[in-house]
Amino acid sequence: MPVDITPDFNPLRAPTDRRLNRIAGPSGLIIFGVTGDLSRKKLMPAVYDLANRGLLPPGFALVGFARRDWEDQDFEKVVYDAVKQYSRTPFDDDVWRQLAQGIRFVSGTFDDDAAFEELAKTIHELDAHRGTMGNHAFYLSIPPKSFPVVTEQLRRSGLAAPKDDQWRRVVIEKPFGSDLATARALNDVVESVFPADSVFRIDHYLGKETVQNILALRFANQLYEPIWNSNYVDHVQITMAEDIGVGGRAGYYDGIGAARDVIQNHLLQLLALTAMEEPVSFDAKDLRAEKEKVLSAVRIPEDLANFTARGQYSGGWQGGEKVLGFLEEDGMNPESLTETYAAMRLSIDTRRWSGVPFYLRAGKRLGRRVTEIAVVFKRAPQYLFEASQTETLGQNALVIRVQPDEGVTIRFGSKVPGAGMQVRDVTMDFGYGHAFTEASPEAYERLILDVLLGDPPLFPRHEEVELSWKILDPIEEFWATQGQPEQYRPGTWGPESADAMMAREGRVWRRP
Amino acid sequence: MIVDLPNTTTAKVSKALVKIREEGGAVALGRVLTLVIATEIGHEEEAIEAANDASREHPMRVIVVSHGDDVGEAGEPRVDAQIRVGGDAGASEVIVLQAHGAAATDEEGLVTGLLLPDAPVVAWWPGVAPAVVSESPIGRMAQRRITDASSQPDPLSFLQHLEKTYAPGDTDFAWTRLTLWRAQLAAVLDQPPYDPVIGVEVRGSEDSPSTGLLAAWLGLQLDAPVSHEISKRGTGSSGIHGVTMVRRSGTIELERPEGNIASLTQPGQPVHDVSLPRRSLRDCLAEELRRLDPDDLYGEVIKRGLARLAAPVEVASTSAPAKGLHK
Repeated sequence: MPVDITPDFNPLRAPTDRRLNRIAGPSGLIIFGVTGDLSRKKLMPAVYDLANRGLLPPGFALVGFARRDWEDQDFEKVVYDAVKQYSRTPFDDDVWRQLAQGIRFVSGTFDDDAAFEELAKTIHELDAHRGTMGNHAFYLSIPPKSFPVVTEQLRRSGLAAPKDDQWRRVVIEKPFGSDLATARALNDVVESVFPADSVFRIDHYLGKETVQNILALRFANQLYEPIWNSNYVDHVQITMAEDIGVGGRAGYYDGIGAARDVIQNHLLQLLALTAMEEPVSFDAKDLRAEKEKVLSAVRIPEDLANFTARGQYSGGWQGGEKVLGFLEEDGMNPESLTETYAAMRLSIDTRRWSGVPFYLRAGKRLGRRVTEIAVVFKRAPQYLFEASQTETLGQNALVIRVQPDEGVTIRFGSKVPGAGMQVRDVTMDFGYGHAFTEASPEAYERLILDVLLGDPPLFPRHEEVELSWKILDPIEEFWATQGQPEQYRPGTWGPESADAMMAREGRVWRRP
Repeated sequence: MIVDLPNTTTAKVSKALVKIREEGGAVALGRVLTLVIATEIGHEEEAIEAANDASREHPMRVIVVSHGDDVGEAGEPRVDAQIRVGGDAGASEVIVLQAHGAAATDEEGLVTGLLLPDAPVVAWWPGVAPAVVSESPIGRMAQRRITDASSQPDPLSFLQHLEKTYAPGDTDFAWTRLTLWRAQLAAVLDQPPYDPVIGVEVRGSEDSPSTGLLAAWLGLQLDAPVSHEISKRGTGSSGIHGVTMVRRSGTIELERPEGNIASLTQPGQPVHDVSLPRRSLRDCLAEELRRLDPDDLYGEVIKRGLARLAAPVEVASTSAPAKGLHK
């Protein structure tokens, strides 16, 4: 008797079969804002890399939409150049030719009805001749202010409504609003056209291998979970530092600032993954349930003046290079009150984290580019050792290095060789690049593939976005009353008020 | 860096490794497994090259044990060793042990002292495999045992042999070479219409063990009649030529007449080109090293799948593949 096949049961995917990759089904990816940097440097190369790894279906199409007077061939050339320059995997002519057959371009503006008719025609033509079978993902790599008009156009032209056995999805990028009210408004716009489970919010941090490894580290090992609580953990520091300034993004950055730009999304997601309880499964709904639980238990300090800090980088010399201050950047409002450095002390009202502060900091023009989570443990009782013997012993720490040099470091004390008993800090290091030398897939590869497969665990839901704005909004409101942020020198680790904030509780920032 | 150690012992090799590590920094940190390659003198390089390439994904220690025709003979027993690290070894460190005469009779004793502590051992016979791999001296110490049916004198009857001697942990490159084909076929059935497959036809050249395994896998998973057609070498290309899956709603065909591009034909869809390159030794090895527990599905296919398969039917070799099922 031939085996039955259903949407949920494919006999050729035996549970014991570990070799088969999931290949996306026939589908098209339509990118709005295709002339942007993100599109050229990340999306196009990621699409090629997926094709090169054999993870895209033969019936795959890439459609660009922009206000350029381009033909398909012109756009194909743009994609070709982007792929040549930025793709991670080697260039293969066979793969490229196969991919190029499905590349189309539609020229027009967002308010141009005819252009969307043309887009619909192109998509139907692809369905018939390229075999994309009516499955399409619309990637809105455009400023949020254009979301209403584009989603409305997609609805009007009938592109947002799939027939049976087809799907339509929409992919949006941060910023998901600039506070709770705007986030809700934005969400209402998108969800008025696409159902909630068809909206994929990209937080590219969640596509990173090291971020996913937080789950493996915590829940696949016996070593860490028993000490992952307020009995042993003194505090947690989550850092995201960039060594560059705002540069060409000055216009965008004014009025946004470090907290809205990265703390609201990346850092709070890292906090959620670090602090959440064990989910009952890795299914999207179970994972999100735990993240939402812990985010809803996050509390901001009562004394906002003393337990938050913000700053603006000044001009000066950074690493041998003369750099402009934030207020002098090209196109920047010289009276901007926007912060380029933000730090805050959060606490989590759960039994596990009772009394354990989570310090978050993010900034530009800091010492170096690094993102890491440092779990700092309480000091062991030292009555066996004299103070002089353990002078150079710090607190034990476990540091998850998210980027660059991905890996995990454990810091602990060890006897210094020689006569006598001197204890000093040493580190034990795990580097991703040492144990798994193959370059990990780019975050966008993973995320685009997940969109095409309809696999949602790595995409935050609107509820998570709302919860994180609820954490941030009162802090932003407070900062808005505080005038000019403190200046800090470029290439340092931020303003003095941030160090003072730590010192108030007898702690110091780790130098990452 | 290459260090030659003529007429040596395992203990001396081990010492030399420690010395190199101390002088050159932490070369051997982060090794995740030991790969033992058993081969013949003169056939080492191709395997080492594949292993070095695969080490970019899986940093490992590679131990190559090779012997000549003089195993156990009266000639001078001796072991010549070579250590390669750094640029000459990819992300691995390679130890080549060439054993002569009586020194070649105890492979286990040769290798044991050089295995990484507490790390899995994978054994690979790129050439002719021992009679029962899981009971051979090197096979016994390994979690995974990799053979390659296509390098045996008679590839098809070697499959029958594997069927009789299978032990969990065995695997064969004839199976690894199928992964891309299998992934494409599985992807087709992920999509509507969800209609059962009622007949399968697999076509390949007569010396392609992969074709037989593909037929066995499809038959086992789909529980449908499978015909396995082989054509003589000399016309057409080597390896797998094509697969046909018949459903009431229409026929799915994946054909690779030659080169790296296959064509996929499905009802209601345009014919697609699919990149389906022949897999290099490096790709196959890297894939095998990704999982170090027994491949149970391979075990099922080799033990039950092959058994339920009718003998292959030889068809007249024409350039166009025969299409018996939907005549």
